[in-house]
Amino acid sequence: MPTWLRFGVCTLVAVVFAFPLYAMVVVAFTPREAIFDGGSHLWPTTWTLGNFRNLFDTFPIGTWFANSLVVAGLTTLISVAVNLAAGFALAKLRFPGRTWVFVLVLSTLMVPAQAIMIPQFKIVSGLGLFGLFWAVILPSASTALGVFLARQFMLSIPDELLEAAKMDGCSTFGTFWRVVLPLCKPLVAVMTLLAFMGQWNDFLWPLITLRVPDLYTLPVSLRFLQGQYDADYGGLMAMALMSCLPLLVLFVLLQRYFVAGLARSGIK
Amino acid sequence: MTSTLPTTAVEAAEETPPRPPRATRGARVREAVAAWTFLSPNLLLLVVFLFVPLAWTVVLSFQRARSFGPAEWAGLENYTRLLGDGVFWRALLNTVVFTVATVPLSVLLGLGLALLLDKALPARGLFRTIVYLPIVVSTLVTSLVGLLMFDESIGILNGLLSDLGIGPVSWQTDGALAMVSVVVMTLWTRVGFAMVIYLAALQDVPEEVLEAAKVDGASPWGTVRHITVPLLRSSTLFLVVVNVIWSFQIFDIVYVMTNGGPGYATTVLVTYAYEEGFGAPRNFGYGATVGVVLFVLTLLITLVQFRVDRRVSGEEA
Repeated sequence: MPTWLRFGVCTLVAVVFAFPLYAMVVVAFTPREAIFDGGSHLWPTTWTLGNFRNLFDTFPIGTWFANSLVVAGLTTLISVAVNLAAGFALAKLRFPGRTWVFVLVLSTLMVPAQAIMIPQFKIVSGLGLFGLFWAVILPSASTALGVFLARQFMLSIPDELLEAAKMDGCSTFGTFWRVVLPLCKPLVAVMTLLAFMGQWNDFLWPLITLRVPDLYTLPVSLRFLQGQYDADYGGLMAMALMSCLPLLVLFVLLQRYFVAGLARSGIK
Repeated sequence: MTSTLPTTAVEAAEETPPRPPRATRGARVREAVAAWTFLSPNLLLLVVFLFVPLAWTVVLSFQRARSFGPAEWAGLENYTRLLGDGVFWRALLNTVVFTVATVPLSVLLGLGLALLLDKALPARGLFRTIVYLPIVVSTLVTSLVGLLMFDESIGILNGLLSDLGIGPVSWQTDGALAMVSVVVMTLWTRVGFAMVIYLAALQDVPEEVLEAAKVDGASPWGTVRHITVPLLRSSTLFLVVVNVIWSFQIFDIVYVMTNGGPGYATTVLVTYAYEEGFGAPRNFGYGATVGVVLFVLTLLITLVQFRVDRRVSGEEA
C-alpha cells in the first residue's frame, strides 16, 4: 500500500477515534441553551465556563475527586505491595505447590467479578466495611494480572544475585527489599499505572458499595449526575472531561509505560 | 510466548529448572515458610473476596434469599425459573449477539490498524496515541459521550444527519439500533488494546521471512494473509479469549446508555443479574443463579477456545 494511501486511511481513522473526545470538550464549553437548538454543534458559538461553574456550585466536586484519589491511591499501594510479594515468591522462592498456587492465582482471571457480586456484597457488609472505602479497596487489591506481571519480570533477575545476597547474610525479606526491588522500577511503574487506572475507572463495584453521594467516586458521581442533569449534556460533559483529564494527561506523558504494560499483559 | 491464561500456566511455571538439591532440609523448610509468608496477604484477599464468594454464589443459587432476609433452601427452584424466564433467554441472546458483533470487529480492526501503523509513516506516533486514548477513558465517560453521540433528539449524530437532510434515526427507540450504539462505543474502547497487542507481536515477526516472500513474488496482501497473520496466531487467540470474556461481562456501557432498553432489547446477563439482585426485586438467590450461568459460560468458552487452538496448532505441526 503506498504511503500516501496509508496516511489517508490513518487520518480518517484518527478523526473517527478522536471525534467523541472532541465532541465532549466542545459540549463542555457550550452554553446550555445552544445545545437544545437542534442541528450539530461541532464548534461552540460562544465559549462558556458556565457548565463548570454550575457543577462546582451545585455538587461536591472536590469531595468526589478526593474520594477517587484516596480510593485509587490506596488500592494501588496495597495492590502493588501484595502482588509484588506474591510475584517474588512465585518467581524466586522454591516451595512445594508453587506451580499450583500460580495456576490458582491465574484461574481467578476466569471468575467474572460480576458473577460473584452478591456474596461479595454480603461479605463486605458482614465485615462491617459497608459505607467505607475499604469495601472498594480490599476486594480489588489482589489481581491475577499484577501477580503475573511481577512474576514474569522477576524471573529475568539472575538467581546469582539472590544467592550472593544470601551468602552475605541477607534474610529473604532483605533480599527482596534491597536486591530485587531496586531492579524492578519499570515493573513497579507499569503495575502502578495499571492498578491506578483500573480503580480510577471502576464503576459497578463502587456503585454497589458506596451508596451515599459523599462517598461517591468519579464514575459513580457521573452516573448520579446523569440522573440529575437529565439531558443537559453541558454539565455532564464538563464533569466527564474533568474526570478523565488526569488519566489522559498521565497517558500522554507516560505512554511508553502504559503501552509496555498493556502489551506485556498479552504476551511473554 | 504464553498468554495470561491458565492452560499455559503449568508450562510457564516450569520455565526455571529446579535448583540442584544441595540446600539442606532446614534451609528448604525456611525457604518454604518465607514463600508462604510472602504469598499470604495476596492469598488471604483472594480467599475472602473471591473464592468464598464464588462458592457462596453457587450456594445462593440453590436458595430462596431476598436482600438480607433469612435464606432457605429452594432446591432447583431458581434454575427452573431460569429455564422458563423469557427475559433471561433474551438477555443471553443479546449477550451472544453483542459478543458476536464486538469480538471479531475489535480484533480485526486492531489487526488492520497495527499493520497500517507498524511501518514508518508521518505522524505515526500521533495516530497511535489517538487510537490508544479511549483505553484510559473510563467506561462511564465512554457511555455518557456515547449518549451525547446517539441521543435521538439532541445528539450529535442526528444533528449531523439532519444537516445533511436525513431524518432523525431512532438510535434509542429502535432495539436493533440501540444495540448498534452500544457496540460502536464498545469498539471505540477496545480496538486500541488489540492494536497494542498486535504491534508488540509484529516486532517478533522476522524481517527475513517477509523479505523472502517478497523475493518469491508474493503479493503484499498474500504476505499478510499467509505469513504475517499465521505468525500472529497466539496474539489473536489471546485477544479473542479476553474479548469474548469482556463481552460476556459487559455491564457499564449498556447500563448507562440504554439501561437494557428499549424494552429488553439490550438487556444482557450482567445488567439482568444486577437488576434482579440490587434492583427492586432484591432477589439475591436468583441474581446469583444468573451469576453462576455467567461463570460457567466464561469457563466453557475459554476451554473450547483452547481446544480449538490445540487442534489448529496440531494440524500445522
